[in-house]
Amino acid sequence: MNPARKRQVRLVVFLTAALVLAAALAYTSFSSASSAVQPSQLLQTSNPGQSYQLTGKVEKGSVVRRRESITFRVRDRKGSDSVVVNYAGAVPDPFREGREVIIDVKRAGASREVFTGEKDTLVTKCPSKFRDSKTDPAGMPGTKAS
Amino acid sequence: MAATVGQACLILGVACSAYGVGASLLGARRGNERMIVSGRRALYALFGLTAIAFVILEVAFLTSDFRFTVVATHSSTTTPWFYRLAAMWSSQEGSLLLWLLLMSAGASLCVATLRGRLRDVAPYATAVLLGFAIFFGGLMLLTASPFKTVPVGPAEGFGLNPLLRHPSMMIHPLMLYTGYTLFLVPFAFAIGALIVRRVDAEWIRSTRVFALAAWLALGTGIILGARWSYVELGWGGYWAWDPVENASLLPWLTGTAFLHSVMIQERRGMMKVWNASLILATGVLAILGTFLVRSGILDSIHSFVQEGNTIAWAFVALIAVMIASSVYLVVTRRNNALRSDARLDSIFSREAAFLLNNILFVAVAFVVLWGTFFPLISEAVTGNKAAVGPPWFDRYTVPLVLLLVLLSGIGPVIAWRKTTVSRLWRSLRGPVVFAAVVGVLLAFLTTAASSPASMALFVFGAFAIGVSVQELWRGMRARQAMTSERALPALTGLISRNRRRYGGFIVHIGIAVLFIGIAASSAFQDVRDVRMGPGESAVVNGYRFDYVRPTAQIEEAGGKLERIDLGSVVRVTRDGREVAILEPSRGYYPNMAPMSGAVSRFFEGESTSEIALKAGFFRDVWVAESPDISRLTPVIERGDAVFAKADRAGLSGEARSIFLAEALASLTDRYRDAPPPAQFRLIVSPMVFWVWIGSIIVFAGGLIAAWPSLGAVRDLVRARYAARVAQDLKRA
Repeated sequence: MNPARKRQVRLVVFLTAALVLAAALAYTSFSSASSAVQPSQLLQTSNPGQSYQLTGKVEKGSVVRRRESITFRVRDRKGSDSVVVNYAGAVPDPFREGREVIIDVKRAGASREVFTGEKDTLVTKCPSKFRDSKTDPAGMPGTKAS
Repeated sequence: MAATVGQACLILGVACSAYGVGASLLGARRGNERMIVSGRRALYALFGLTAIAFVILEVAFLTSDFRFTVVATHSSTTTPWFYRLAAMWSSQEGSLLLWLLLMSAGASLCVATLRGRLRDVAPYATAVLLGFAIFFGGLMLLTASPFKTVPVGPAEGFGLNPLLRHPSMMIHPLMLYTGYTLFLVPFAFAIGALIVRRVDAEWIRSTRVFALAAWLALGTGIILGARWSYVELGWGGYWAWDPVENASLLPWLTGTAFLHSVMIQERRGMMKVWNASLILATGVLAILGTFLVRSGILDSIHSFVQEGNTIAWAFVALIAVMIASSVYLVVTRRNNALRSDARLDSIFSREAAFLLNNILFVAVAFVVLWGTFFPLISEAVTGNKAAVGPPWFDRYTVPLVLLLVLLSGIGPVIAWRKTTVSRLWRSLRGPVVFAAVVGVLLAFLTTAASSPASMALFVFGAFAIGVSVQELWRGMRARQAMTSERALPALTGLISRNRRRYGGFIVHIGIAVLFIGIAASSAFQDVRDVRMGPGESAVVNGYRFDYVRPTAQIEEAGGKLERIDLGSVVRVTRDGREVAILEPSRGYYPNMAPMSGAVSRFFEGESTSEIALKAGFFRDVWVAESPDISRLTPVIERGDAVFAKADRAGLSGEARSIFLAEALASLTDRYRDAPPPAQFRLIVSPMVFWVWIGSIIVFAGGLIAAWPSLGAVRDLVRARYAARVAQDLKRA
């Protein structure tokens, strides 16, 4: 085989391999991705065993801590629909009631309202995102305390 | 006044940049040396003006001048002074100014050191770099000026985000931005070289030290971020495939590929299209990294800005322009200026090994890019925003990294052009035997074989370390034979004679150590989340954690309350022997919102884990605590009501402060006396220490490789002299 032909064959083989790998990458990313949903969407359509990326706000007064897990309600950012999440894993520092969270969940059983959070997937958005951008710094009080 | 001077510096800086772009381009097109020099001086002026603006803002932070809006929203008098210095880059405005300062400093240094070299390329590179300055300066002037002020500042500021109050956070953003901005220097010179169709190895040699410094700074920034995550975020990991982490990894990966492949162009004149494409991609990814941190377009714990800000579209436009011009230049030059001088002779050659290494690096970068942007891709394709998690990233990156570690052992010892299998075997048999022995020992003496991927990484890592040590040993012995030096002087002499080669070997050793640490700590980490009260205990991997007693104290700074710390004393034992006494805690920082209650504001602000760690060469014992303050809530609410009533009755400020201090002291006493069970995360993790040690070795190796050799300095002086003689002759 002449060198030019050999180079062409090599290029075709390389590009085909790259294409196949890229297709596998795309396929697996779509098949294993968690859909980002809000509680109201989860209440309408959720299948047992399927993973979802739940986003919403932690409902005030809903956080219950147990020996190896915590339970809390997540509600829509703008709305009142909410679901219960049982979670065991790292709780980020900024986590608290009223704050926006992202967590990978699976439906716990027959109930459409109760979900199990996957270990160490709880993310609380950075606190700076909760600061009211319209707050006038001139209105801030001093912190003289001691 | 100071703010006006700062703003004027910014305006003048943008004006200088615009002038410099015009002067450089016109000078290059007309061959007018004076205009080219003027364009270069505009770059120096930009650096000077940005430095003045930077100093003004830093002084405002240091002196807590809350008339500056950015100071009031990102610092406070209770923020320690060294964190006040770093508070600037926690803000959008301050980080843009820092970016501009670092870019103009790196660009000025490069243009100044290259005076007299690359005379046709440099003006275009200067114009590109000044173009970036117009963009970032313009962003500040139009959307995010750090010099916005109010006539009368508040008494106190919001304070620095408590999560960022960690020593590595002072340097981490600085290093990342240094990496991003320094990568733009070779990017700009690549654009210049493509414009003038002078794509030989000269632009690569001239900017190599900047590419290496960028790689080193970015790598250091990534590791400092990992360290911050490990000791500050309270989850016990150091890498989570977060979009912002990934964004910093992307240019580092393509930059690493570039640093390897340029050796082929320097040596054989091959892979010119590839090298140009790699550094152009690295430049684009460096801007993309800045964009991801600053825009908040993807959900990330590290994205310290508010969503939906307007600078996102400006960045998208800049990236689009960079990609379009890069593709145009490479495509139009591919058949002439970028034609290779030679062909690949054999797949058993160093060129082929480097090519494979490059393909693997680019493949890892592609995987990371795809996974990072998958939420946007899936939304565009299906209308549904979906994300991939760490298992997806691990599935692809682990095998690719395994191959890369293996290649880091083979690549440096394989001959250029062509080698034979028997010759390659002679070079590698020692390290292969060493790796095999390590593998057998690990299989029989430890549980490493339960994780095949980790086991493979241990063996490949041992092989890569074996190769590098063997090369250093052989070089040292040869030098000793020639010079009769003792071992250490011979080794240091060897390294200093060929810093690039032997610095590279040290980097490879560090990378292998780092990946061994990553493999061990991620596959064999034991984690337990447990709720414990005083006197209770939990066992993790043979280590017993006893909650001995609670702790509670008020931390002050400058006579004001900085935070309330609630924590515990935990005794760790193994087989009845004490391993460590650890004191994890959580710091509660006051909420600055005006409507907060007098007492409750001290518990409604941010809170951060102060983890306790017993680090060891083979094992880390790590504890984080999240106290339950719900039992204090009724008391806090009663306190709020009492102070609200007293305020209405006209309680004086001084008396209020005294009573409040007493109330908080009694609250901490109450917690200490009757603490409710607290949530603990207990981790026993092997070989995390190796990750940090490996990083230090990589840093040392990179520094050795980047340090200019005597020969390079001599070349620079000669080039300067030649340029001066040419100028004198021209004048004569």
